[in-house]
Formats: sequence, C-alpha cells, structure tokens
Amino acid sequence: MADPMRIRAQVAGDKATVRVLMAHEMESGQRKDAAGNLVPAWHIAEVTATHNGKPVLTAEWGPAVSKNPFLQFVVKGAKAGDKIAVTWKDNKGDTRTDEATAS
Amino acid sequence: MQTRRKTLKQSAVVASLLAASGMFPQFAFAAFNKAAFDAKTLAEVLKAMGAGAPVESKDVTIGGPDIAENGAVVPLTASTSLPGVKQILILVEKNPSALIAVFNVTDSVEANFATRAKMGQSSDVFAVAIMGDGKVLFAKKEVKVTLGGCGG
Repeated sequence: MADPMRIRAQVAGDKATVRVLMAHEMESGQRKDAAGNLVPAWHIAEVTATHNGKPVLTAEWGPAVSKNPFLQFVVKGAKAGDKIAVTWKDNKGDTRTDEATAS
Repeated sequence: MQTRRKTLKQSAVVASLLAASGMFPQFAFAAFNKAAFDAKTLAEVLKAMGAGAPVESKDVTIGGPDIAENGAVVPLTASTSLPGVKQILILVEKNPSALIAVFNVTDSVEANFATRAKMGQSSDVFAVAIMGDGKVLFAKKEVKVTLGGCGG
C-alpha cells in the first residue's frame, strides 16, 4: 500500500479550498535505467474526489504530472466539518483513498 | 431591473448548465483515455477527446512561472470564470506527449485547478476548457525551463 496522502480542506465563506499532496513515484516512461533500458511508465491515472460521499471531481492524469503530485481544487457549498475524500488509482491498478475534514 | 439583455444571458447560462449536467453520466464512468495521453500535439489531443477546433479566449486563464528552474516540478494553474464547463485540460506543447491532465468539472467544484507538471524543455503551456455546448476555448503561456524534467 502506498503512503498516505496529505489533504487539507480550508473553508472560506461557502467554498472550501482543498489541497492534496499524494505520495507517488510518477515514473514518466521516458527515463532509462543504468543498463539503458526504458523504465516503464508508472503514474496515477485517475483521481476522484468526493464531498460527503458525493462525487464532485474526476480527473485523468498522464505521466507528465510531477512526482508526489499536488492538486488544488475548490468545492462549492462546503461547510466546516464536511468530509472530503480523495482516491487515486495508478496504471498498475494500485489505489488509495484518504479522507479529511474541512475546517 | 430585469433587462432583455440580462434575461438572454441567464437563459444562456441555464441552457449551458443543462447541457453540462446532461453530459455528466458520460464522464462519471470515463475510462482512462489512452489515445489522448499518447497524442503529441494540441490538435491531436483534442481530436482524441472528440472536441472541435480551439479558439483563444480571455475567459480562460493559465498560470505558471515565466521561468521554471526545475522542469521536474512546474506549478501550473488552469481556470475559467465561464459557466457550463465540462472539462479542463492542461497541456505542454513540447513534451513527449502533450497532455498533462484532464479535469472533469461538475457543478460542485469551481473550474479552477492547480497542479504540478514535468516539462522537458521551454515550451508554451495551454489551458483548454471544453464547454458543455461543444465550444473549445484555450489560453496559452510561455514557460522557460532551465533544467528539463523528462529524460535523464
């Protein structure tokens, strides 16, 4: 299992700014190892975010997103105490979900 | 007072929202679009996404540094103030594959995203907004990279 994500959801008015830091290698598939073989791509392919269990955002990512990816988005109609959960799935089928409470 | 102009504008907004919500089930279960992520140019990406010809727009903004010292971590933001956005795309023109990320926008999130991308060399970066009514709007910005982040 991959390392946990760091999620922070900050409420301002009726919106919450969510910042997510995921722990992932994000291998681009362009790099070569010491023997000159291509290192196969290994990256987060799908990201979904839910607000109190309701899906609000889905994203598809390519290998060109940075290592240990950062994502920021704004959820409308969020209040303090709401649950924001983020799930990612990489191209090897590994997946991880983490949840944070908006404050 | 409700002028005719305002009424027209609002009905356009509602229409585009309807279109956007009508599209929702389609992308809720969207599979990873491999063709789009393999495409090399902006035009190829849009073709793979099934979108039309792009038009430059002031309502779409792309943010990023003018000069990025480290191409492995380039902070980029893409946003639009327009209602009825279906998808926001971030692209880097001169990367081995141009498409960085696709965000499927719903009514519950603002069309405003920030992430970090890898860039192989100095290039134009694009934010593309695919609207619910099929319009494709984009903004571009040049980012100079001192140290590339793709090969090695």
